[in-house]
Amino acid sequence: MQKVAEIAQKRAIQLLNQGAVNRVLGWKKGEFPYDETPAVFASADELKDFVYDSFSSPNLSKYLIEESRKEGKVLAFLKPCDTYSFNQLIKEHRVNRENVYIIGIECGGMIDVVTLKNRGAVGLTGADDDGENITAHTLYGDVKVRKEEVLLEKCQACKGKKHVIYDELIIVNPQDEKPRDRFAGVEAIEAMTPQERFDFWRAQLSKCIRCNACRNICPACSCLQCVFDNPKSGVASKASPDTFEEQLYHIIRAFHVAGRCTDCGECSRVCPQDIPLHLLNRKFIKDMSAFYGEYKAGEDSETRPPLVDFSKDDVEPCIISDKGGDR
Amino acid sequence: MSVENKEFKPTIVAFCCNWCSYAGADLAGSGRMQYPADVKIIRVPCSCRVNPMFILRAFQRGADGVILCGCHPGDCHYSTGNYYTRRRMTMLFDFLDYLGIERGRTRVEWVSAAEGARFASVMNDFVKKVRDLGPNRKITDLRCKPVEKEGE
Ligand code: SF4
Ligand code: SF4
Ligand code: FES
Repeated sequence: MQKVAEIAQKRAIQLLNQGAVNRVLGWKKGEFPYDETPAVFASADELKDFVYDSFSSPNLSKYLIEESRKEGKVLAFLKPCDTYSFNQLIKEHRVNRENVYIIGIECGGMIDVVTLKNRGAVGLTGADDDGENITAHTLYGDVKVRKEEVLLEKCQACKGKKHVIYDELIIVNPQDEKPRDRFAGVEAIEAMTPQERFDFWRAQLSKCIRCNACRNICPACSCLQCVFDNPKSGVASKASPDTFEEQLYHIIRAFHVAGRCTDCGECSRVCPQDIPLHLLNRKFIKDMSAFYGEYKAGEDSETRPPLVDFSKDDVEPCIISDKGGDR
Repeated sequence: MSVENKEFKPTIVAFCCNWCSYAGADLAGSGRMQYPADVKIIRVPCSCRVNPMFILRAFQRGADGVILCGCHPGDCHYSTGNYYTRRRMTMLFDFLDYLGIERGRTRVEWVSAAEGARFASVMNDFVKKVRDLGPNRKITDLRCKPVEKEGE
């Protein structure tokens, strides 16, 4: 991982010096040693702060909406899952592809800081990743855990380590990891009774403080004016005054990204209340593939998303109401 | 409870597209076909005008069931509107089911301008199903609802 970061940094400086790009979008250390933060670097000197390690989870694609409209070319480092988001943004004409030079960067999976802390790594000052194990350095000594156990949810359900769009790649340790199963969680909920499902979501959604972090981080949520910011919409309030509004926010948020969500997992990662938002998004992803044919948003930049397309012999909505079983 | 249940009159919101279903409702009316007065019709230019938010809003403001009616697939006045409706509503309804909301509370039906009798029978059937489900308490602004007493 260390090596990948060094190569990436060198290559970025090279491209800057050649004048091929005039700035670089990457990550730098945040407030804490484990909150790598997106940053734009404009010179070799600034690039000294560049980091890329197992905490570089932020998806940089969304930043390219703005960056790609500015003067000159920007170099962006994208992890495999980030490239799906970028493709989707091209499809929606939200980014200017010509202005971006993409380096697909190897990813060995990102660490979930909360899980790591829960595994005893309090007072975290840094971590080493050897691919198999994480050695977390803390104020109170080292804690060693198996990496698999502290991966972010999105990485546990990784779509595969293939970059779907790039200009060049930095891959030191090639991985031929197959896409993992993403839908077990959805299936578990589907298997519950309606009342259990209701109770499950009631418990989850009532935790929501409407910080809107899930929307703000989402690369698909790129509207200039969001419905939830419109005071006339009746859903613009902060913490929801009633249970309906909690449902409304989450149904509409998930619906707005249905067919466009690449399952980059950022919403669940940033939620301070630990609400499993990916389980909402993945329900739509699963349904669309089941009803309208296998579809993966962001896999390419041309295919029409299922909800802006149709076929004459689509299933009728009554297959839901007539599902049988209790109600 | 059983006595109350018999008296329960569900509030039904029916979104009807101007070109077919609304005309179908009209025909049902002029033909004096009976369907419950609890069905509140909202006319929309095309079934595809109905945004998922409309359905949710109807529930919020007190609907016990929401039905969306449009032209038969292939007959939409705007050629393809109802094809989009079909996908959109399939997705929405399955999602509501996923959240644990009774799936009998939502429905899509295709009713043409000539199908007055069908309009009435669709409404009768839907109202009956929703009446059996009882009042909507799972997706609504509960502050607007009467308090549910213990043991009910
Ligand atoms: S989902 Fe896959 S590609 Fe994305 S950060 Fe996790 S392991 Fe890397
Ligand atoms: S990030 Fe979590 S708490 Fe914040 S609005 Fe989204 S779901 Fe609610
Ligand atoms: S006009 Fe009736 S469904 Fe489009």
